[in-house]
Amino acid sequence: MMPIVVAADVRKAFGSVQALDGVSIEIPPGQVLCIVGPSGSGKSTLLRCINQLERIDSGAIWVDGELIGYRRVGNKLYELTDAEIARQRLTSGMVFQRFNLFQHMTALENIIEGPVTVQKRRRSEAVDEAMALLQRVGLSEKRDAYPSELSGGQQQRVAIARALAMKPKLMLFDEPTSALDPELVGEVLAVMRDLARSGMTMIVVTHELGFAREVANEIVFMDRGAIVERGSPQEVLVHPKQQRTRDFIAAVLA
Amino acid sequence: MSSSTASSPTRMEMPERFDPSIAHLTHVPRRHYGRWIASALILAAFAYVIKAFAEGQIDWTVVGQFFTAQSIISGLGNTIIMTVCAMALGIALGVLFAIMVMSPNPVLKGVAIFYIWFFRGTPLLLQLLIWFNLALVFPRIGIPGLFEARMVDVMTPFVATLLGLGINQGAYTAEVVRSGILSVDAGQTEAAKAIGMTRLTTLRRIILPQAMRVIIPPVGNEVISMVKLTSIASVIGFAEVLRNAQTIYFANARVIELLIVSAGWYLIIVTILSIAQHFLERYFAKGSGRRSRRFARPAVEG
Repeated sequence: MMPIVVAADVRKAFGSVQALDGVSIEIPPGQVLCIVGPSGSGKSTLLRCINQLERIDSGAIWVDGELIGYRRVGNKLYELTDAEIARQRLTSGMVFQRFNLFQHMTALENIIEGPVTVQKRRRSEAVDEAMALLQRVGLSEKRDAYPSELSGGQQQRVAIARALAMKPKLMLFDEPTSALDPELVGEVLAVMRDLARSGMTMIVVTHELGFAREVANEIVFMDRGAIVERGSPQEVLVHPKQQRTRDFIAAVLA
Repeated sequence: MSSSTASSPTRMEMPERFDPSIAHLTHVPRRHYGRWIASALILAAFAYVIKAFAEGQIDWTVVGQFFTAQSIISGLGNTIIMTVCAMALGIALGVLFAIMVMSPNPVLKGVAIFYIWFFRGTPLLLQLLIWFNLALVFPRIGIPGLFEARMVDVMTPFVATLLGLGINQGAYTAEVVRSGILSVDAGQTEAAKAIGMTRLTTLRRIILPQAMRVIIPPVGNEVISMVKLTSIASVIGFAEVLRNAQTIYFANARVIELLIVSAGWYLIIVTILSIAQHFLERYFAKGSGRRSRRFARPAVEG
């Protein structure tokens, strides 16, 4: 089966900090992959590079079989235009740590914005699908609420619905529960669990080791811009081979 | 025991401090004698000013007579038209240059910085005079082969005023728009990108509508300023309300009466605009009724 994401020797630096130091990975479709690791390990950066929110310094990334951000002509990679990059982003949906719902739009308007404005689909059709998505995340009655009137957990569920409305092949979650009060984490994880069960390919950067262990098919442990260990939840979280992984898990569980 | 003077007041206060029977006593608000005296003084001064104007050398029937005179009303029309046109030009240029200032392209950025520097750095009156006298520098204007005209024919008082006020306004509005755009959280741009929006669509659909909440109050202020700034154009002969009032008092010598007529009209326009601004602000405040993230904790990792 063709991998949905392939990264080859990806490097990215912010000033003098090497956020990604030669990351290579293949991710098969239909999988839930959780990326764990300490702060500053580069896990969020990797996710953001896959969605081209960050431009990589070197290396290459393919999403759904397509080289992203660049076009190869001969022995050089030429950067794509704004519009081409925007089109490539449609393959993946992104859920942010801080939700980033459009503050001037209601829950429903947030969800139909992409389908109507970007995909030029009929508004009535987009509204029908958005209502189905709101129901799926359990927020049908909040269709006309503005983000400021929703709890963090509700905002994140709307944000997931907004990403799903674009019918992506791949969902990226960047620490989706890190900004939530503890009692609101469960409702967001429940929606993600449901999504995983439906067969959606998901890449989840998370601190929720319990969720990772329960839902993930595979875990990647990253540290200092590199992949340290990869394997099943049992292998990485219960019987880690690397000392750095063991230290991290011990620190999180302590 | 060791200090009876220190402990005795405490013992005396104890019963009163916790005496529940005082709960039913009537509360008497404090009297603000200072405020009453200040109010009385101000009212007296105000009454004196009113009396002075009522008894002064002002012929109020002349004010009433000229308030709706043909020439004043047409001047008022020109004032309003100029305000609308100059402000439209100013906002269009302001948005354009705000985007240019934030552009990664150094040439666009440089041009925008120069524009803001130049037009904020020179007096408006001077700029108006330069526009009006541009024919001294460029006697003819046009694109060779396509069209050509004499500058004095093109640079009428209306055109010179429009360019002077509009371009000057653009330099100020650019800064307002820029601060409005900066006030929108960077996460909004990322979310818009993530659903496949191009940079321009993001600006139009996501950033500017939210920036409006910050932009509207100062721009409303500037519209009100603009109404009054149009009066400067009287020096280059633009027939706005003050210019026409002056033309009348040069003929009939009723100077103060005609100036009062103009002042009355400016106040009326500004009052209407202030009300309009209130409703506009309310419209663009949607979604920000309550601060968001009440339930969110600070970010753990960026």
